Amino acid sequence: MNKILFESKSKMQKNERVINKTLTILGMVSIFTTIGIILSLTEETIQFFRSVSIIEFFTSRKWTPMFEPANYGVLPLVMGTFLIVIFSSIISIPIGLGSAIYLSEYAPKKVRKILKPVLEILAGIPSIVYGYFALTSITPLIRSIFPSASVFNALSAGIAVGIMTIPMVSSLSEDAMMAVPDSLRLGAYALGSTKFEVSTKIVVPAAFSGIAASFILSISRAIGETMIVAMAAGSTPKLTLNPLESIQTMTGYIVQISLGDVPAGSIGYKTIFAVGTLLFAITLILNIISRNIVKKYRRAY
Amino acid sequence: MSVLKEDLVRLIDNPVGLRRRKIKNKFFHGLLFLCTIFGVVVLAFLLYDILKKGLPWLSVDFIKNFPSRFPKKSGIYPALLGSLMLILLTTVIAFPVGVGTAVYLEEYAGNNKFTEFIKLNIANLAGVPSIIYGMLGLAVFVRALGMGRSILAGSFTMALLVLPIIIISSQEAIRSVPGILKQASYALGTTKWQTVTGVILPYAIPGILTGTILSVSRALGEAAPLIVVGALSYVSFAPSSVMDSFTTLPIQIFNWASMPKKDFQNVAAAGIIVLLIILLAVNSIAIILRDKYQIRMKD
Repeated sequence: MNKILFESKSKMQKNERVINKTLTILGMVSIFTTIGIILSLTEETIQFFRSVSIIEFFTSRKWTPMFEPANYGVLPLVMGTFLIVIFSSIISIPIGLGSAIYLSEYAPKKVRKILKPVLEILAGIPSIVYGYFALTSITPLIRSIFPSASVFNALSAGIAVGIMTIPMVSSLSEDAMMAVPDSLRLGAYALGSTKFEVSTKIVVPAAFSGIAASFILSISRAIGETMIVAMAAGSTPKLTLNPLESIQTMTGYIVQISLGDVPAGSIGYKTIFAVGTLLFAITLILNIISRNIVKKYRRAY
Repeated sequence: MSVLKEDLVRLIDNPVGLRRRKIKNKFFHGLLFLCTIFGVVVLAFLLYDILKKGLPWLSVDFIKNFPSRFPKKSGIYPALLGSLMLILLTTVIAFPVGVGTAVYLEEYAGNNKFTEFIKLNIANLAGVPSIIYGMLGLAVFVRALGMGRSILAGSFTMALLVLPIIIISSQEAIRSVPGILKQASYALGTTKWQTVTGVILPYAIPGILTGTILSVSRALGEAAPLIVVGALSYVSFAPSSVMDSFTTLPIQIFNWASMPKKDFQNVAAAGIIVLLIILLAVNSIAIILRDKYQIRMKD
């Protein structure tokens, strides 16, 4: 402390200025990261569209960039991702919302104290473990029910992605429901409502913006999920709605190419950046939508 | 409102309605409980399945050996070492930048458009799929900066990936410092930096550490960005410097799980057990650190 007293004021002010500048630069690392992502994605993507027409990219129904004749239609990859989103949402949205309602409205304190950490553990398990689980447990189960299912299929990967995103839907929705003031609940109980009626007619509608945001975020997460689909969904880009067939997602394609030895500058190298740009754009739009829903429809109580 | 009124009228007219509504409530209660318990059941089954397959393959040799064509001789040593080096380096890079950014945003930055922009940008970065960070790493660290497919390039990539989470959790920890402490410090004539290092950080450090360790443990389980950066799936030597090529536990597990030989799936399960044990250990450290510091704060 004594040392501080003897330091001259101007020296201290000078130090503060240096510290302020340093911290500002650190604060800008995140901006540089965003710029870096956009630049590195767009540079190769522009290169890609020099040799492939953008119309072909979005309308051709075949994706065979590494074979002759090469086709560069991204639709099969988008369709693969779409299938994963559908089946993961069928699992994660109802079960996540159900457990959120249970934890927020029904569960006694003691039960909540046990169940919440379990959901958190579920959220902390690496996606590679879910991928393994899909491949070695879910797929054999599916194939015993549908013998026609292929070893790699969209259903198995979709279910695993769904299980992985349950905690996300659950905890975000629960936060939204916890924010609904008790006065609303008590008012409904005073009118003779059952817990079911309070939950479905009062709490869920009042928290709907937060709940919807959690759905969209979980979809965005499913779109970006990589290891599960790389392990369990297959690597055959296909324009199909049949979940029992082997497919490929956008992320799965990027992994497949990265695992092989693709020289920089080749068209194969450029395709992963074109697909990556599309992936980045879709998830960014979904994240922005989810944030705007919360902002726009948030009611102040 | 009209719905509630109708219900009320129905209730008065028809007392049987109450019983039906109560049954409905019971049914719904059971259904919701099943939803919640679903996660528990899946977790239990997943752990049981992995332990059953992997435990017989877990041994000291498994930790010490290199990967091999033969399942019985396969080991996890290079992947384990790669993961540990990567995570250490990632933390060293991401921690100062993350905490510095959080201090800047909470204490130094003005309440203006630029600050808002940085905050919005961080929120957006937190939602970017991890594989995109891999592409950033490939373009910037591996190629433009010439680091090659090294541990260093992988660590920088992972550091950028976990940075938003470290920033957001550190911000929360800093925000939890009581204003009264800061004001008391300023009243003694301290500069901003003295208040930050003498009052704010000591108070916020348990929260900051917990957030950092949790986000680093996320990096431990990530495979996708590292595959894009070019971590190898087959490494037959132990990495000795940060410029060496490398593999990590998740990538090694991915590699084993994709092999046609059935025994390799059990080897993969053994690898998953090692990964989960490390994650458990790391998370326990976070909890212990937090508890230890929190008690000291109360004194």
